[in-house]
Amino acid sequence: MKSTRIFIGAAIMLSFLFASCGNQGASDSGKGKGALVSSAAEKVYVAPGERDEQYAFLSGGYSGNLTVYGLPSGRLFKEIPVFSQFPTSGYGYSEETKPMLNTSFGFVPWDDLHHPDISQTNGELDGRWIFANGNNTPRIARISLSTFETEEIMEIPNSAGNHSSSFITENTEYVVAGTRFSVPVPQRDMPISEYKSNFKGALTFIEVEPEHGHLDIKFQLLMPGFNYDLSHPGRDKSHGWFFFSTYNTEEANTLLEVNASQNDKDFIAAINWKKIEEYVNNGGGTKMPANYAHNVYDEATHSATSTMKKEVLVVNPSEVPGAIFLLPTPKSPHGCDVDPTGQYIIGSGKLSADLTVHSFDKMLDAIAGEKFDGEAYGIPILKFEDVMAGQVKSGGLGPLHTEFDGKGNAYTTFFISSEVVKWKLGTWEVIDRQPTFYSVGHLMIPGGNSRKPHGKYLVAMNKITKDRYLPTGPEMEHSAQIYDITGEKMELLYDFPTHGEPHYAAGCDADLLVQNSKKIYRLDENKHPYAINSPAEAKVVREGKEVHIYMSTIRSHFTPDNIEGVKVGDKVYFHITNHEQDFDVPHGFSIIGAGTSEILVMPGQTKTSLWEPEKVGVWPFYCTDFCSALHQEMQGYVRVSPASSDLEISWSLGD
Amino acid sequence: MKTASVSMLLGSVLILGLFVFPMWNIRLGAPQYPEPLGIDIYINGLKGEAEFDIQNIDGLNHYIGMKILPKPADMWEFTVFPMVIMGMSILGVLIAMVSLLKRISPNWFLFWFILMSILGALGLYDFNQWLIEYGTDLDPNAIMKLVNPDGTPMQYNPPLIGHKKLLNFDAYSYPRLGGIMLFVGMFFTLLAFWLGKRSLKTSL
Repeated sequence: MKSTRIFIGAAIMLSFLFASCGNQGASDSGKGKGALVSSAAEKVYVAPGERDEQYAFLSGGYSGNLTVYGLPSGRLFKEIPVFSQFPTSGYGYSEETKPMLNTSFGFVPWDDLHHPDISQTNGELDGRWIFANGNNTPRIARISLSTFETEEIMEIPNSAGNHSSSFITENTEYVVAGTRFSVPVPQRDMPISEYKSNFKGALTFIEVEPEHGHLDIKFQLLMPGFNYDLSHPGRDKSHGWFFFSTYNTEEANTLLEVNASQNDKDFIAAINWKKIEEYVNNGGGTKMPANYAHNVYDEATHSATSTMKKEVLVVNPSEVPGAIFLLPTPKSPHGCDVDPTGQYIIGSGKLSADLTVHSFDKMLDAIAGEKFDGEAYGIPILKFEDVMAGQVKSGGLGPLHTEFDGKGNAYTTFFISSEVVKWKLGTWEVIDRQPTFYSVGHLMIPGGNSRKPHGKYLVAMNKITKDRYLPTGPEMEHSAQIYDITGEKMELLYDFPTHGEPHYAAGCDADLLVQNSKKIYRLDENKHPYAINSPAEAKVVREGKEVHIYMSTIRSHFTPDNIEGVKVGDKVYFHITNHEQDFDVPHGFSIIGAGTSEILVMPGQTKTSLWEPEKVGVWPFYCTDFCSALHQEMQGYVRVSPASSDLEISWSLGD
Repeated sequence: MKTASVSMLLGSVLILGLFVFPMWNIRLGAPQYPEPLGIDIYINGLKGEAEFDIQNIDGLNHYIGMKILPKPADMWEFTVFPMVIMGMSILGVLIAMVSLLKRISPNWFLFWFILMSILGALGLYDFNQWLIEYGTDLDPNAIMKLVNPDGTPMQYNPPLIGHKKLLNFDAYSYPRLGGIMLFVGMFFTLLAFWLGKRSLKTSL
């Protein structure tokens, strides 16, 4: 306890010291301030009608969603609903999308979205999909980068606090999900105090089907009960390996802030997944009963289905000798980042000032020479000195995450000292440092998580906003800063608020996505069971207590817009097909008293809103999206009769 | 004389481009249509420049009560024009072949050119009549009934050629590759006449 207090005290004092150092640096470079300021403005100014150079996908953290921004302007383009219900579009409210949020715990309408990662081919971004993890109720999502909609969500069994996720291997063979919290596997009623050696940490390798991106858990590695914090794939020369940082190798189950900070070194776990894959392909591993949801959205039917999977293949480390090694890494490492060449694995000891860089080549040599320093639950521990390539004496405090510019430089965020530090791979010398505002978490360089980063802009995502913007009461959006990293020194260009709490981001050149971005859904490809091909096919069908309304929208009317014969106690399904085939002409729908959100229906799409009328009367509905000059006229009525009424269903338009 | 015949042959074949490429194009751009909507007018029907342009133009036109754009079966022109062009092409090729085999008067080339010019002018006249009818024969129950400052009902016919402002839209009407091939083809037949005349003079 006492040592911790002293440490924190020292940390705070140091942070003052470095904060003032940072200011010094800023005033030094501010000699030609006028010119500098105007050039920063020019660099981020995207004139009206012009478009940004790059896309940035920022995780929304506790919003459960993913936000799409432009770089360098910092303009918000879209919020993509992933793990949270989203009344703006009806995601998670419409009948078609409710199954997306199904889990083994039932309907879970929220999650904590952390680490987006764009699909790759040969270690380069290919712009097909972006993956993201739900941290709280472990899930992995795949989002299409042609529709910018969530297409698939896989629940992860035997996992808890799905944090060292969702990073992909360099040909998108796997998206990897590691557990932050170890738990009993399988879950059972047992004393918490018996955590040690009983709890397991599942690292899950989810295969990505190359054509459609469909997800399937290939295997789960049941690791010792540490906390698996972050991970990254090996790339290029280290392709085939995956690296996970760990903390709480003490296996404490209470007051972790102290008890999990006792070991001087925790580990980075190096996993040779190709070796385990081979073992599994040859029939290795054990099929274990499980129960987890696999939710798939089909673009043709505009509908999601949820399937419960009942089995998962598990592998114990001891079954595959020579596939898993532990690399001692100081001070509860958080970020675990691999440089574009695949040679360096950077562990950010978040309780220290220094970064530890491991060498992939040295690791292979140490493994070949069997130079082990003991083992943990049968997993060999390599000697620190044998695998370490160097240490960055950063002069900062609380290193978290590192990205790369593809020119031999690395950029690390320091949470406690609120700064980004640029340093050189191989020489470990610090080249530059710039303050962030404040307490930076992740950073992102577009393509920085691939073999070919686009080393032009760096986005720092902060945890604390304080005085950066006009105050909005106690709760504020987080702040982010954009830096120009083309020069020797980083240059702060711009500062913008972000939505939710961005944990990591992914970015790419605009050209990669612009051409593939869909403008409409084709009506002639609409396979929704309740779709209608033309307004002439509109109808209302009673099936017992259910009423199905096959409705059409086109500027500026609903077909039909007068419906009678609905009764109190009915379940009324409005199946709305938008017959527009014109870019950016959605229609919306909602009806008075509906216990759900609106639905926003894109051209060529069909969506369903459920309404359960409880009151007799004539109730209006209307288009909720200002679709046209006659938008206000786009409305209709449903007559609701008493449950005892024998009024037949009827419908009409224009008579 | 041989070059004249070849020029006649080339000209008569070039007009067949109308069967492959659009003859004319009308484009409608507006602030909210940064990518303009466009109609390619082929000799045998209308086609959207982008796949759904016709549908979207019809969607907009319904506000001002315009009829939906004609399908091939709705207009006799889309059946007759192809026959006329095919007939003229065959005639031109025949004249050229005959003139290659034996000396004939270059007036035949001029005759073909004049005939084509008359037919072409009739075609353009007909096209313009259709534009006027289409732009002025409006549904009396139209959603928007707009009048000119002088109180007469606003007309929405696009220009025969050039630019015209139609409410918030800028309409542009210009020949396309098929139409240009027709004009170039006709020029070649006129050139054939001139070359033929010249060779007659030199041989005399």
